Amino acid sequence: MKVLVPVKRVIDYNVKVRVKADQSGVDLANVKMSMNPFDEIAVEQAIRLKEAGTADEVVVVSIGVKQSQETLRTAMAMGADRALLVVAADNVETDIEPLAVAKILAKVVEEEQPGIVLCGKQAIDNDMNATGQMLSALLGWSQGTFASELELKDDAAIVSREVDGGLQTIKVSLPSVITVDLRLNEPRYASLPNIMKAKKKPLEEKTAADYGIDPTPRLEVLSTAEPAERAAGIIVGSVDELVSKLKEAGAV
Amino acid sequence: MGVLLLAEVNNGELALDATAKAVTAAKLIGDVTVLCAGERAAVAGDAAAKIDGVAKVLVAEDASLGHRLAETTAALIVSLADQFDHIVAPATTDAKNVMPRVAALLDVMIISDASGVVDAKTFERPIYAGNAVQTVKTADPKVVMTIRTTGFDAAADGNDAPVETISAAQDPGLSSWVEDTLAQSDRPELTSAGVVVSGGRGVGSEDDFKMIEALADKLGAAVGASRAAVDSGYAPNDWQVGQTGKVVAPELYIAVGISGAIQHLAGMKDSKIIVAINKDEEAPIFQVADFGLVADLFDAVPELTGKL
Repeated sequence: MKVLVPVKRVIDYNVKVRVKADQSGVDLANVKMSMNPFDEIAVEQAIRLKEAGTADEVVVVSIGVKQSQETLRTAMAMGADRALLVVAADNVETDIEPLAVAKILAKVVEEEQPGIVLCGKQAIDNDMNATGQMLSALLGWSQGTFASELELKDDAAIVSREVDGGLQTIKVSLPSVITVDLRLNEPRYASLPNIMKAKKKPLEEKTAADYGIDPTPRLEVLSTAEPAERAAGIIVGSVDELVSKLKEAGAV
Repeated sequence: MGVLLLAEVNNGELALDATAKAVTAAKLIGDVTVLCAGERAAVAGDAAAKIDGVAKVLVAEDASLGHRLAETTAALIVSLADQFDHIVAPATTDAKNVMPRVAALLDVMIISDASGVVDAKTFERPIYAGNAVQTVKTADPKVVMTIRTTGFDAAADGNDAPVETISAAQDPGLSSWVEDTLAQSDRPELTSAGVVVSGGRGVGSEDDFKMIEALADKLGAAVGASRAAVDSGYAPNDWQVGQTGKVVAPELYIAVGISGAIQHLAGMKDSKIIVAINKDEEAPIFQVADFGLVADLFDAVPELTGKL
């Protein structure tokens, strides 16, 4: 079985995000970019499926700017076999919306015919939490979102999902789109020899136009603003002082 | 044409707080029709009919709608979509599972986690874990949206809207429910609690987390946790507060042994009063705290529990 894993290049999760003074967006110039952390978990899971003999090939795909090549190389250094880059924007500040990404991915799925698509549950930049569900809808496939455990059995997947009340386990028929949550696994680091090897792995490049998909956004961003600041608080010296402050504030 | 609001229904019961807060946001857009779907949903439908501002309630009961499976719930909503300009839901994990699927089937973008309604086509939503707030205007003919409920007060009770029974869409048979492992607790629900006490990695173990729970019980509070605490196995996943966990905004939030990574702050910084207890005075949590106590939590928490 082939596993397809979409990955996104996003601002590194440790970087302090700065909103531009003119409210036109978030400053992405000279900022460290990395693979979306949830996507790393998806890549790791795909590699584990291959190591377990369940999958025979792991294909990673990224839709975005040319620089996403680096993200794909990282995924191949972790262990993915080959990569596909679909260039859909020139400007690194352009975010391709989940609907357009899902439409392009649906075309990629048609070509590649994977048995399962493993996605991160959300990208930590736009926080949409949508691409996997949208892809599943467009393909008419089942979906298993927010997976913290995944087991493949015959032509179905058993997915344990992180939901508001705890955990829900469902069975989805394959092929399926699974979106992964934080506790599914801990992604490996790529070793230096594997980073070198990844440079020789195949990376094919296409454009959104090759798939006949127009990535023009449906949502116009009118402004991007700083969130409301909290007023500075005080440091109290003791538990007694804390209790009296809370009583003064009517909080207890 | 009005707004279709997918109510949060769990095991036949209406999650009143989340649904009533979403009604407040939806009322800003137009007449609100609430959809209660589930294997059993009639009782939830009657409860939804009492929420002020609800014009009508639709009840769909079918075995295929049990457990809120995305494929069947989305198919039901799409079958109703012609009658509405807006399709909204409170941003629960159920809605986050279902609503993007609905949007794609209708060929429109999803607007996730809307925190503000500017007008019927323009909405505010947090991005980058709440480090920025974007105002977006949609060009789509229909709006499909989830609503971050912390930004809205719950609509009051006292209404008596008409309830209509409708049938489910055909089950595409793509998925089935196996089991739920749901926490049973007498404590208030995390996202609607007036007080939340959360523990982080600093608490150190599952056993020591009982100290956090004791403080919470003294205050009648819900218990939360940072991602680090959940990853370490000190607390279950449904307690996680943050960018990818639950978003809370209680009257009082007490953060114990939590350093305050931006991913955690994203889930609690709209709380009215924030208390931080941490032995590291440099911890970023103190930058958002109204009252900070630099102390060893193993001394301070039992003392605080005793003195409240």
